[in-house]
Amino acid sequence: MATLRMREALRDAMAEEMRRDEAVFVMGEDVGVFQGAFKVTDGLLDEFGERRVRDTPISENTMVGAGVGAAIAGLRPIVELMTVNFSLLALDQIVNHAAAIPYMFNGQAQVPMVIRMPGGGGHQLGPTHSHSFEALFLQVPGLLVACPSTPADGKALLKAAIRDDNPVIFIEHESLYGRRGEVAEDGDEVLRFGEAAVRREGGDVTIVGLLKMAHVAEDAARVLAHEHNVEAEVIDPRTLRPLDLDTILASVRKTNRAVIVEEGWPHGGVGANLATLITEQAFDDLDAPVQRVTGADVHMPYSRRLEQAAIPHEEHVVKAALAALEGSI
Amino acid sequence: MADLPDASTCYELLARMALIRRFEEEAGRQYQRAKAGGFLHLAIGEEATIVGVTSVMREEDYLIGTYRTHGHAIARGTEPKRVMAELFGRVDGTSGGRGGSMHIFDREHRFMGGYGIVGGNLPIAAGLALASQYKGEDAVTVCMFGDGASNAGNFGETMNLAALWTLPVLFLVENNLYGMGTSVERHSAQTDLSKKAEGYGIPGERIDGMDVLAVREAVAEGIRLAREEQRPTMLEAFTYRYRGHSAADPEVYREREEVEEWQEKDPIESFARRCVEAGVLGEREVAEVRAKAEETVLAAVEFADASPEPALDTLYENLYAVSDSEAWYAVDERSPEPHRGEREARMPEAARELAEAGAAYAGQEDGPRPNPAESGDIQEGTEPEIAAEREEAED
Repeated sequence: MATLRMREALRDAMAEEMRRDEAVFVMGEDVGVFQGAFKVTDGLLDEFGERRVRDTPISENTMVGAGVGAAIAGLRPIVELMTVNFSLLALDQIVNHAAAIPYMFNGQAQVPMVIRMPGGGGHQLGPTHSHSFEALFLQVPGLLVACPSTPADGKALLKAAIRDDNPVIFIEHESLYGRRGEVAEDGDEVLRFGEAAVRREGGDVTIVGLLKMAHVAEDAARVLAHEHNVEAEVIDPRTLRPLDLDTILASVRKTNRAVIVEEGWPHGGVGANLATLITEQAFDDLDAPVQRVTGADVHMPYSRRLEQAAIPHEEHVVKAALAALEGSI
Repeated sequence: MADLPDASTCYELLARMALIRRFEEEAGRQYQRAKAGGFLHLAIGEEATIVGVTSVMREEDYLIGTYRTHGHAIARGTEPKRVMAELFGRVDGTSGGRGGSMHIFDREHRFMGGYGIVGGNLPIAAGLALASQYKGEDAVTVCMFGDGASNAGNFGETMNLAALWTLPVLFLVENNLYGMGTSVERHSAQTDLSKKAEGYGIPGERIDGMDVLAVREAVAEGIRLAREEQRPTMLEAFTYRYRGHSAADPEVYREREEVEEWQEKDPIESFARRCVEAGVLGEREVAEVRAKAEETVLAAVEFADASPEPALDTLYENLYAVSDSEAWYAVDERSPEPHRGEREARMPEAARELAEAGAAYAGQEDGPRPNPAESGDIQEGTEPEIAAEREEAED
């Protein structure tokens, strides 16, 4: 095991897969000479050269579309979009093409590509650089959606994403890039999509959190244990499509209460979707309505004070968990 | 004027064009009979551009086009019966009935689609060419698109990328003078479309898209530049669709005289005449070409008619690539189906129930299906004339 930052773990995943498979290459804005806007592609140009680490013009839709074309012709592109907000410029290629092609051409073409993009708030990047669009991509059939919260998961999931024959939306959190964690040095550690991680076991309430909110959920669980004598079970889904619903449902059947924490908008969000699934499939096991903790229903404000107010914190999660437990403690 | 090639090439060019013409006419007829649904975009009048292009491509080259590509696939070698079956939405269609008229695809013949989003194929073409370059293969990508697509953001982005990365690609704009119902003069500030990529370093040339030999000559050179010198170029082929934008187009934007004027330059008639006058082909061979086209197309209709409708339990097939060889990266078997109901495995059954309840038109026999143009699609217009037009076309 080695202690790595998330950005290093992601870089190692790409480098290892590029060494393993000549068909894997990286392209994106400033991924080469500049080494990546968030330095995730640090060192790749030196090792692999310009053929395989390609700086692109600022043309998101065409960059993703070129990835689609290269993928259907047998390559395995990794396209880096500088932020999730920029992915909106490429939605035509992501939704109408990458996601649709395998289905609309009846399996004659596969689109084995990974589209990486960082999102999330906390760095005062304001209304066009720090949103959370997990729910947007989750909705599209044909896409896989990964949202790792630890360096180990980031590496293992990215390697799995690169090897997968489906288009994968790989969402990274800007605030997690510098976060350290233990990462297996064994180059072949991959993580199957659709396997949630139980970060903490507990019998009183289930808290599901993704990306940075997986950590916020864990922090909240500690507060719940120390200050409220509540044992929360914390689950990080790690991938939203496929989703390990079984693990979440098994936990809810044990705790009878669920809180979902996400940084994205409340309407039509990951939590809205998951709350519906839990309600549909475990209604009889629920002792309280499923609680959601989401980002505020606004565009991410610049002001540090306002930005922090727009992002869920552990106290919000604690409050939601206590609301779910109301009357029983 | 380009010289006539040898007799067998002339015969083949004429045969392909005649086959596409006859196929498209029949597709239109089958649409009137509600055998084909959705939107139907016919390329009648544009055969010389299509066949001129494909006749100088190698097997390993890629062709990518638009939503008006029945003929492109056929010209590449796709069996007409499989295209017709796709229009009918049947399992033997090129996409098994999942794509329809706008999404024909045939990997075997390197016809890389049929795309319903205007300009959506341009970046993909760059990617196909990138793959060839990356792998050190000498395949060339030919990307065909309409005059309307030259206004899309993708156009500029793709021209820049292709020139920047010296991709082996040839762009060919099929300028049929209208982006749907808007004439070039009304949709493009620069009406000389061949110049639109010059600023990106991609030279362009205007060619007569009604002359199959002129198209061949120019495309052969464009392909050579792409293959041998990795230089992307652009051709603007002037062509004309005799029919409306789609089968449900009242054509209020152009005069009947204009259509007739272009029909006088008919690519098939003029080429046949020239071949006969030069003594390269006889009248008997011209007649034979037409008879064969007729036979092939009627057989295609018969084949499509006999092909089964897709089974409802295939609804989720091919949504995801699921590998059985390496379980660790295979998609969770649950993901191809929505997370609905107690057991998602029962989903195909639910789909069938929905279909039978009328949520889809599945299971319906050959009767007329609701046509989007008639049931209020604003894009195509809802004028009552449409119905009259369709009757007229039927006559």
